[in-house]
Amino acid sequence: MKRYMAVWFRHLAADRLALRYPGLRQQPFVLVAPERGRVMIRAVSREAGALGILPGTVLADARAVYPDLLFYDDDPSQDKLLASLAVWCYRFTPVAGVDGTDGLVLDISGCTHLWDGEEGYFETIVTRLQAGGYHVRAAIADTMAAAWAVARYGTTHPVVAPGGQAAVMRDLPPEALQLEPLLTERLRKLGFTQTGMFMDMPPAVLRRRFGPQVLDRIGKVLGTLPELLVPVQPPEPYVERLPCLDPIRTAPGIELAIRKLLETTCQRLQQEEKGLRKARLVCYRTDGGQQLVEIGTNSPVRNQEHLFRLFELKIDTIEPDLGIELFVLEAPVVEGLTTQQERLWDLDTCGKKDAVTKLLDRLESRIGAAAIHRYLPEEHHWPERSVRSTNDVQEAATTPWPEHLVRPVSLLGAPVRIEVSAPIPDYPPMLFIHKGKIHKVVRADGPERIEREWWIEKGLQRDYYQVEDEEGGRYWLFRSGHYGEHKPEWFIHGYFA
Amino acid sequence: MKQSAERDEVIARLRGEILSSGSTVYSSHSNEHPDLGPLNRAFPGDCFPFRGTHEFISHTSETAAATLGFMTGLLSRLMKGPEMAVWVGAHRTLFPPGLKAFCVVPDRIIFIDLVSEKELLWVVEECLKCNALAAVVGEVPDIHPIALRRLQLAIEKSGVPCLLHRHRPRSVENTVCTTRWMISPMASLMEDGLPGVGYPQWQVALLKVRNGKPGSWQITWDGQQFQHGYTEKVGEENVYTKAG
Repeated sequence: MKRYMAVWFRHLAADRLALRYPGLRQQPFVLVAPERGRVMIRAVSREAGALGILPGTVLADARAVYPDLLFYDDDPSQDKLLASLAVWCYRFTPVAGVDGTDGLVLDISGCTHLWDGEEGYFETIVTRLQAGGYHVRAAIADTMAAAWAVARYGTTHPVVAPGGQAAVMRDLPPEALQLEPLLTERLRKLGFTQTGMFMDMPPAVLRRRFGPQVLDRIGKVLGTLPELLVPVQPPEPYVERLPCLDPIRTAPGIELAIRKLLETTCQRLQQEEKGLRKARLVCYRTDGGQQLVEIGTNSPVRNQEHLFRLFELKIDTIEPDLGIELFVLEAPVVEGLTTQQERLWDLDTCGKKDAVTKLLDRLESRIGAAAIHRYLPEEHHWPERSVRSTNDVQEAATTPWPEHLVRPVSLLGAPVRIEVSAPIPDYPPMLFIHKGKIHKVVRADGPERIEREWWIEKGLQRDYYQVEDEEGGRYWLFRSGHYGEHKPEWFIHGYFA
Repeated sequence: MKQSAERDEVIARLRGEILSSGSTVYSSHSNEHPDLGPLNRAFPGDCFPFRGTHEFISHTSETAAATLGFMTGLLSRLMKGPEMAVWVGAHRTLFPPGLKAFCVVPDRIIFIDLVSEKELLWVVEECLKCNALAAVVGEVPDIHPIALRRLQLAIEKSGVPCLLHRHRPRSVENTVCTTRWMISPMASLMEDGLPGVGYPQWQVALLKVRNGKPGSWQITWDGQQFQHGYTEKVGEENVYTKAG
């Protein structure tokens, strides 16, 4: 059975201003905005409301009665504030959504036992919001619409017992149904001052007289029609939550929490034959801050010990500050990992692939994935393009490594210009000068002509020579361009062993 | 005659005991040991004590390339099984297709490129703890004795060989490595009268080896394995007397 809690911020805009400027607390003031050539009051503080000033009044009228009334420009960016309040509420429930312009709605099914029942839960949220400087009213009921109505118009106990929404709604005014203003006005004109007076009328009569909207709203209040809650943060399919009785501030405490979360997550992954590729630990602090730690793996994993070791490397980046009251472990990316696959891995020809991927996961979480590469051959002769780097440990080469090409062991990042003296065109040089040192060429092999691949880039071809100097150093030199047509230039590109 | 045979036997047994009790992990299965061709004779029990740290020192770009070639040849001996190797470095110049000439399949090596030396040593140590690797190669110019000791401890647990390429080190102090090498290039080996560049040949100096005989040899790589260079047919007369 579902339970919902609706929170109504009665003076959200004014509270927000008062939080920013503490001098405004306990002061009657209004927020105004120009509308059709007049300055209208958009929102009022609690004290201004107590004076009888209502939103929608013209400012001049209010000032006529209260000449000292403070007024400020309305800042219509409250939506963000509401959304951030909803995110704050994630410490109480996994699903929280924004409701209209001044309310939140929380799906609290199965959450309240952690606060000793609904009463304690209700008290905790309301007192903490009030301590934060917000004037709120709230209610708990079986349906979102009923909770909404009781929070705004309820006069009795705010926690409606399961199944009790019909009885409570009877005493509320027709506005509590969230109908269009015209419809509410019509209901009132006809003398329906309480919902109970028309709720039990036959549906056919209600539809004929007031249209389908009334029936729809009554159905949503009573729970016979479903209502959708749009959460501010879409829920992750794999989430484990661990609320703590006392705020946790020490590393061993955090370790324990991670272990507990991983245990349940891995159990679930095991049942569903999944392995996780990415996991995120969100720590909600008592002071409202959040700490985020993320890990990634190279292959789907559901080994608790391995995942824990990945998190262990990051524990010291978590700042518990005053203490963490809630840990949430999310697995945004999961992949299929059957039990058979797991077993195959242990037996595969390498037998050790698993250990290597685990090692790389650990390295990656500290030094970043960008530092780790493997190289696979590409079908290009141009040396700079002959290899392709990949981050995948298991990716296999699509083409074999070239067998009979002479390639140096050490390649310079970019070819370096050298001075040569070459006796005859198309012959290796007799000597070359590199870094101020003269190398006399004793032996040479080549040339190997490599074209630049005109469909990729334009430029001169290279004629590569393998040369050896008097001291036994072996070099990879090339001449860029032909003799005759261009002025050839010589470069050194690598060293042979 | 009988006495001397007995004495030899006792000496051989004692030598074996010393080796097995030493910090170098020593295995009696000779087929597990990498075959270094003519270099085998320099090592205790005629087999390369691969489970240890091996330092290779180079000072110029040419010697660095020769060292890389020799290390890759050594790596190919260590990578006979299906395991992968890890190559950790800060300023890596190694060109993967060049490894093919030394019987190493380049895609079986995982390259890790780092900037900070501290992280580099951490990565090397982490890799050495993983016994699913064939070998770990680190390019570190200088290493603190304590850091080297840490690597040694990791190796004793996992048995993964560690090759350290020390290019342009500030000082070559006497560290606790298992072997220390210096490779310099020599004229390549080609049959008389043929033009062109032949098999690479190096002057291989084994500066230090624990319980073995340091020495210097001319070694060539014939595309498959290490061989004697062309002047080295006579035997190992130029063995150093200094022990590491």
